Amino acid sequence: MITYPKAPKIQELGYELKVRQAMNRNLITVEPRTSMSKLRGVLRSNRISGVPVTRENKLLGVICVEDLVNWLMSGAKDCAIEEKMSKDVVTLCADEPLVHAINKLQQYGFFHFPVLERESGELLGTITREDIIRKLLQKLEIEYREEEIRRYRASHIFEDIMADKTSLIFQYYIVGQDFNRAGESSSALKKSLKRLGTHPDIARRVAIAVYEAEMNVVIYARGGEITVKVDPNQIRIEVEDSGPGIPDIEKAMRPGYSTAPEWVRELGFGAGMGLNNIKKCADEMNITSTVGKGTRLEIYVATKKESVSYEVK
Amino acid sequence: MKLSELVIKFDLKVKCGVHELDREIKGGYVSDLLSDVIANGRAGEVWITLQIHHNIVGVASLKSLAAIVIINGREPEEETIKKAEDEGIPIMVSKLPAFELVGRLYQAGISGTR
Ligand SMILES: Nc1ncnc2c1ncn2[C@@H]1O[C@H](COP(=O)(O)OP(=O)(O)O)[C@@H](O)[C@H]1O
Ligand SMILES: [Mg+2]
Repeated sequence: MITYPKAPKIQELGYELKVRQAMNRNLITVEPRTSMSKLRGVLRSNRISGVPVTRENKLLGVICVEDLVNWLMSGAKDCAIEEKMSKDVVTLCADEPLVHAINKLQQYGFFHFPVLERESGELLGTITREDIIRKLLQKLEIEYREEEIRRYRASHIFEDIMADKTSLIFQYYIVGQDFNRAGESSSALKKSLKRLGTHPDIARRVAIAVYEAEMNVVIYARGGEITVKVDPNQIRIEVEDSGPGIPDIEKAMRPGYSTAPEWVRELGFGAGMGLNNIKKCADEMNITSTVGKGTRLEIYVATKKESVSYEVK
Repeated sequence: MKLSELVIKFDLKVKCGVHELDREIKGGYVSDLLSDVIANGRAGEVWITLQIHHNIVGVASLKSLAAIVIINGREPEEETIKKAEDEGIPIMVSKLPAFELVGRLYQAGISGTR
């Protein structure tokens, strides 16, 4: 029996897609009074291994190749299909998530299930492994193409847009003292830069600088704003807060110097290395700060020249 | 050594990232200070720490670390596990204290310098 890989993407699609979307609506059925001798022809000409038995769209049972073979072997005389069909049929509802179909196929080892409309009980179609696999592949293919198009568009945006000068501006708002959301801006920015096709080393340097700046705003200020301006040749980051300000910038820049309170240190912040990490990642960095008013940090990272990876510095 | 071997050899409890255990470990770093890991951790290393809150995931992701190993049997917070699963960062828990775990990793050939 095939087992579907426990890939998270397939799981996700399995919940997103409904049985209705994957099922085969090309409904072949037989009447309960049809004779067993006619069944063979029905199965063979439609290349199917089983067929639902219905009366006025109501499912009465299922008859399959195995039942036919057993009947032939027994040498019994011809009879109506309803005498040999299985009446205990495992069915699926059209509105169930596809993952239920996958689970049931694995659980019972059957090849196909009739699909019913939940309210009316009407037979709508059947679903097989093949149907499921086809639908999953189709959906993956579509999503993959959409992602490709998105990536292509994003990474060519500077060439596609006609202007004397083009730049993109991203803005992020930081909530002070909120450690649950701290780090979200830098992680969102890193993803966006990746989409734009920024070199991974550059994206990493920008993300690290923004992470450290963001953390400082979270820890020391009541809130702030990050503005990132992406030009074809450089990325400029501005982090502004209306916190207490830094009385002595030179001292604050000293590795190991930190005024982080004890409870913040317990979380692993306050190594006194943040501003230094920013400096190492930046091609240029300026801090201006007014005590009682706030702090402004400007960080420049060049994107065109051969980047010196931060790791090897 | 692969992460999966690490898990078996050192009896680690995998909290998340089971699909990523095929990664090769390039070394190790021990620290409980996030900025220190940002400055000195290197891509592909396992990070040994006692921190359990979700910012460790951000740091590991920023530095493309191979995995986070939490010591002393401390349990990562729920939010940490959720975020790590999203970012594809495996988190493992060891019952051992840092000194003992790092000693054993070193003996097994995982180095802190390159
Ligand atoms: N946005 C800010 N507002 C006020 N003070 C700040 C700000 N950013 C940094 N500082 C001061 O500079 C010091 C050093 O910062 P940093 O190098 O990031 O180390 P850490 O955050 O670990 O203390 C901080 O301890 C704090 O006193
Ligand atoms: Mg800091």
